[in-house]
Amino acid sequence: MSAPAVLQPETDMHTDRGLALQALRYMATMREVEDRIERKLYRQGKIVGGVYVGRGQEAISVGVGLSATPDDVLCPSHRDLALFLIRGVDPRQIFAQYMGRVGGLTRGKDGNMHMGDISRRIVSIISAMAASVPVAAGAALALKYRGTQNIAYCFFGDGATSRGDWHEGLNFAAVQKLPVVYVCNNNQYAYSTPLTKQMACANVSDRAPGYGIPAEIVDGNDVFAVHRAAQRAAGHARSGAGPYLIECKTFRMTGHSAHDAAEYVPQSLWDEWKEKDPITRLEKKILEKRWAKREEIARLHAGIRQEVDAAIEWAEKSPYPDASELLDGVYERS
Amino acid sequence: MEMTYLEAIRQGIREEMTRDSGVFLLGEDIGVYGGAFKITSGLLQEFGEKRVIDTPISESAIVGAAIGASLMGLRPVAEMQFADFITCGYDQIVNFAAKCRYRWGAAVPMVIRAPSGGGIHGGPFHSQNPEAWFVHTPGLKVVAPATAPDAKGLIKSAIRDNDPVLFFEHKALYRRIKEDVPDGDFTVPIGKAAVVRQGRDLSIITYGAMVHVARESAETLEKEGISVEIVDLRTLAPLDEDTVLASVRKTSKVLLLHEDVLTGGIGGELAGRIAEKAFHDLDAPIVRVAAPDTPVPYSPPLEEAFLPNAAKVTERARWLARY
Repeated sequence: MSAPAVLQPETDMHTDRGLALQALRYMATMREVEDRIERKLYRQGKIVGGVYVGRGQEAISVGVGLSATPDDVLCPSHRDLALFLIRGVDPRQIFAQYMGRVGGLTRGKDGNMHMGDISRRIVSIISAMAASVPVAAGAALALKYRGTQNIAYCFFGDGATSRGDWHEGLNFAAVQKLPVVYVCNNNQYAYSTPLTKQMACANVSDRAPGYGIPAEIVDGNDVFAVHRAAQRAAGHARSGAGPYLIECKTFRMTGHSAHDAAEYVPQSLWDEWKEKDPITRLEKKILEKRWAKREEIARLHAGIRQEVDAAIEWAEKSPYPDASELLDGVYERS
Repeated sequence: MEMTYLEAIRQGIREEMTRDSGVFLLGEDIGVYGGAFKITSGLLQEFGEKRVIDTPISESAIVGAAIGASLMGLRPVAEMQFADFITCGYDQIVNFAAKCRYRWGAAVPMVIRAPSGGGIHGGPFHSQNPEAWFVHTPGLKVVAPATAPDAKGLIKSAIRDNDPVLFFEHKALYRRIKEDVPDGDFTVPIGKAAVVRQGRDLSIITYGAMVHVARESAETLEKEGISVEIVDLRTLAPLDEDTVLASVRKTSKVLLLHEDVLTGGIGGELAGRIAEKAFHDLDAPIVRVAAPDTPVPYSPPLEEAFLPNAAKVTERARWLARY
């Protein structure tokens, strides 16, 4: 990925400025990539099937992703595109994935966010909500088994916390004291179902103490707050004290998927959360702190748009898989 | 060395744990208690808590954690206390484990051991033969040994395999059969059936506990001058079609036998393949002997009526031989 010099990947992530600029770069790239996917390529018919984006939730995957070490395991949800960017997956591969081309991470075997890359320690999203929770426990078990200090991060939405797998996975990890950090993006809606119809408790984090897991609530639209919480959580998990849960309060600034106009969401919520857009907020902070100038931020966006244009062009040239690949990969030798 | 089917499974697991430090066990009551059937008895003492993990009653967590650990390169062997309860982990198996390699090129070298089958008065929740559910799911390997040597050789192969393997061990065989099992590093390949009895007049294609029923029937029929060949499938997915078709071509008559219920059982798939690929070699209709389409009943007379046995097989085989 290329960006204007001032916003190149910072070597010193320990300064607030470094973190802010790094975070902005990933959050803005995620937004741009997903806007093109949802609002352009899907509508043009160049992407078929389902499209699920994390509009408005970028601070969560970026805040957590930037606190993870490269050998930590990530189990993303379908609204955590930035985790892939942070691990070095190129936007070209993401567009190719969405368009069913061989240049995508699954070579057209699957679409949209349903991808993973074990060489980058990203476990594929599992479409059945919360199915990743027991899987993350197993990955964490392996990290502990091998005697490493690495941990697993498991991402999910509020809706996922109603499924049995969520509860089984949390309980198993807690009993085994496994190094897992759970990151809930509580965006208030699971498809069209509001929180009030999802659970009778006020917060997802209220569920954690029942499993003996510490939890905290964080402003999910403040990348600094998310990053700090992720560091606390990671410290806890790495110390051998077991899992930790972060509930990031946020809002899905779009429908469940590209075909969903989300008319069930009251206008007041859209208005309220538009003001809390995590990217706008971060830019405001950068300007206030004088970490970068307005023109530099504008150049960053322009650079991202150019890169995304080129990535789409590349992906559209990536061939579709040949039908002869249909039977490949069911077994190790097949 | 002579040992039971149960001991053979344990020896296979123990040898693989000794050979590869990445092999570990997880399941309910498998450590301190040694497992509901005592398969893993003694392994906690030998290998420690890190490698023999007593879990909560959470089949989905057991399977999911096994998948997660195997994605990271370990070789978990998960135990379902009874195969019947595998339904609680079904989503993890069929929606995730089975599809990982195809979807994103990730290996899941996991084994799920599932004690299955009737004949132990376990009733509807502790007697089922759910193997066909998984045979129907591309990406899974499904094995079902009938003998002590195969039990050892196949559990070792399953642990070494880089794809998810479901290992259906038949509960009624655990202590019923005692056979000579080769010592040391002995494996049985996954995907290979075995002709366990040579014959001329008809072929019985079967697996698991029904192999012993087929043998008993074949001995009775031999006295009547009917020569029966028996093919033990050993692996149900991927199916060893070549060995099945070769036997059909040799005898020209086939009886498909399984303890699983008739509808949707592996017999239907075998019948389809034989009809497609060996129709002109057949001298008689394909015969299926299987359990009726009911839950597995508890009361002994009902269970006996439910399970295929040598008398039922013999009767149908006689009809087939005379055809």
